[in-house]
Amino acid sequence: MSFFAVENLGVRFGGVVAVDGVSFSVQQGEVYTIIGPNGAGKTTIFNLIGLIYPPTSGRILFEDREVTGAPHHVAQRGIARTFQNIELFEHATVLQNLLIGRHRHRTTNLFEELLFLPSVRRAEIAQREAVERVIDLLDLAHYRDSLVAGLPYGIRKVIELGRALATEPKLVLLDEPSSGLNPDETDDMAFWIEDIQKELGITVLMVEHDMNLVSRVSDRVLALNEGKVIAEGTPEQVQSHPAVIEAYLGGGE
Amino acid sequence: MRFIFKTEYAQDIRLFQHGGQVFWYGLLLVLALAAPYLVSGYVLTQLHFVLIYAIVGFGLMLLVGYTGQISLGHAAFLATGAYTEALLQGAGVPFFISLTCAALFSAAVGVIVGLPALRLKGIYLAIATFAFNIIIEEIITRWEHVTGGNSGKLLKPIEIFGYRLGSQESFYYLCLALTVLCCLALINLLRSPTGRAFVAIRDSEVSASCMGINLAYYKTVSFSISAALTGIGGALYAHKVGFISPEQFTLIQSIELVTIVIIGGVGSLHGAVLGAAFIIMLPQAIAIAKGWLPETIPQAGLQSVVFGLILVGFIIFEPYGLYGRWLKIRTYFDVFPFYRRGTFRRQRSYLRSERLR
Repeated sequence: MSFFAVENLGVRFGGVVAVDGVSFSVQQGEVYTIIGPNGAGKTTIFNLIGLIYPPTSGRILFEDREVTGAPHHVAQRGIARTFQNIELFEHATVLQNLLIGRHRHRTTNLFEELLFLPSVRRAEIAQREAVERVIDLLDLAHYRDSLVAGLPYGIRKVIELGRALATEPKLVLLDEPSSGLNPDETDDMAFWIEDIQKELGITVLMVEHDMNLVSRVSDRVLALNEGKVIAEGTPEQVQSHPAVIEAYLGGGE
Repeated sequence: MRFIFKTEYAQDIRLFQHGGQVFWYGLLLVLALAAPYLVSGYVLTQLHFVLIYAIVGFGLMLLVGYTGQISLGHAAFLATGAYTEALLQGAGVPFFISLTCAALFSAAVGVIVGLPALRLKGIYLAIATFAFNIIIEEIITRWEHVTGGNSGKLLKPIEIFGYRLGSQESFYYLCLALTVLCCLALINLLRSPTGRAFVAIRDSEVSASCMGINLAYYKTVSFSISAALTGIGGALYAHKVGFISPEQFTLIQSIELVTIVIIGGVGSLHGAVLGAAFIIMLPQAIAIAKGWLPETIPQAGLQSVVFGLILVGFIIFEPYGLYGRWLKIRTYFDVFPFYRRGTFRRQRSYLRSERLR
């Protein structure tokens, strides 16, 4: 019995074994972080969980049921994600981006929408109320009606987090939430991750490089190198683990 | 400059954002309704074409401008609508039923064409739809006992509840009503979850699917609605010209339809109407200009050259088309004297996850 578990996950691209027999499990309500040097396979694990490409071996379990199908089935199960390089809908407003996040809570069908029946109007207002809570939490009111295409990087990063939260997920996957952010913005991000865990009760699985952020918010950390698990434990345990130090700094001869 | 203060969610959803819009669109509607009394018979027949092409433009805009799927085969849907209408009218089916059938049958064909769209992107999709256009053209030409082959098909004027729409005015009002209805239906769709799903697919497929959007379903829906609107346009077109034959639905026609979208402005419904008006007026303008040109300029083929030059010019200098140009002019006066050339410049796009494509 576990909330979210990955069992013996592996993927091979041609001759390259990107992820090699990785297993871990995440408890409900914790912040679980995957660290590792570049090319360790962290983002690949996220893409495997999101079913963006099929694993060569292993399986993924969420609430004791296997995660299968296409990427949109993952989202419908209540797993949301952000992207390392930001994948927002550029030519739409911030509000529209967040509303697209509400897609899995859609209640109306095509024919109601063509006529914009009162049921659609009510649903649209309800969706906006839900989105407004995210806008409040992340302080995005100022950008509500701006086009994403014109906004700075730091704001986009927050919008992407907001869009993942708008789906009202049970588990959120954050792919390097602090990359490209300045120290102040990273600090805000840490606050929000704490809020997401403690106030919204959403379980967080993240990939992160910034060790200050990792040790501040994470309950448990998994270290990867060359597609294999090398250490797991509390942030302090993992940071002082000899295999982790070797992976980052190179081994002594 | 106008600032809109929002105090309730319904303000986001309503059709008109402020009183100014109500006034200008109201004025436009009044002018459109009064047009038969204001303009000459010749201009009125040109307005028929503008409205018919606007409906087709809406359909193509939904697919190209909002869902980001290219189609070089929309003349095939135009043909499907036109021939369905011609055949059903010939069989004595009442107009509104035959029009609905034309739309539904085109939508069904759209679903079939949409199937490769689930796997193909960009130039490959363009080639697949291009091939589809040729297939439909060939079917119409060869299936002689149904379509009449190269000798074409004649249509009678529309009859609605026993009332014959023989006059130019009555046909104009029919076209106007259908254009307004199609436009409203699209606006409704675009401000609801389906429309947002289309936009999401256009801007980032991978992230759309990670938000729970079923790519296959929404691409198919987009293709079929686009085809249905084009089919309606085709049915009206058939009645407008009164005689249809395969050479009206060639690849050139498809390209002309794409031109509507590009010249009008990709990603706006206004663009579809402006593009349609432009496409209809251009040949007239060229015909007038021919009288002024010196004898040394050859007359034959002038239209294609001008057409091509304008298309290239728009793609290079004004990728957002006529509507984009209008927005810039309006903003210039809105913020006068603070307008900067860079206001509408496209931002550097950040590195995106190429591997996920």
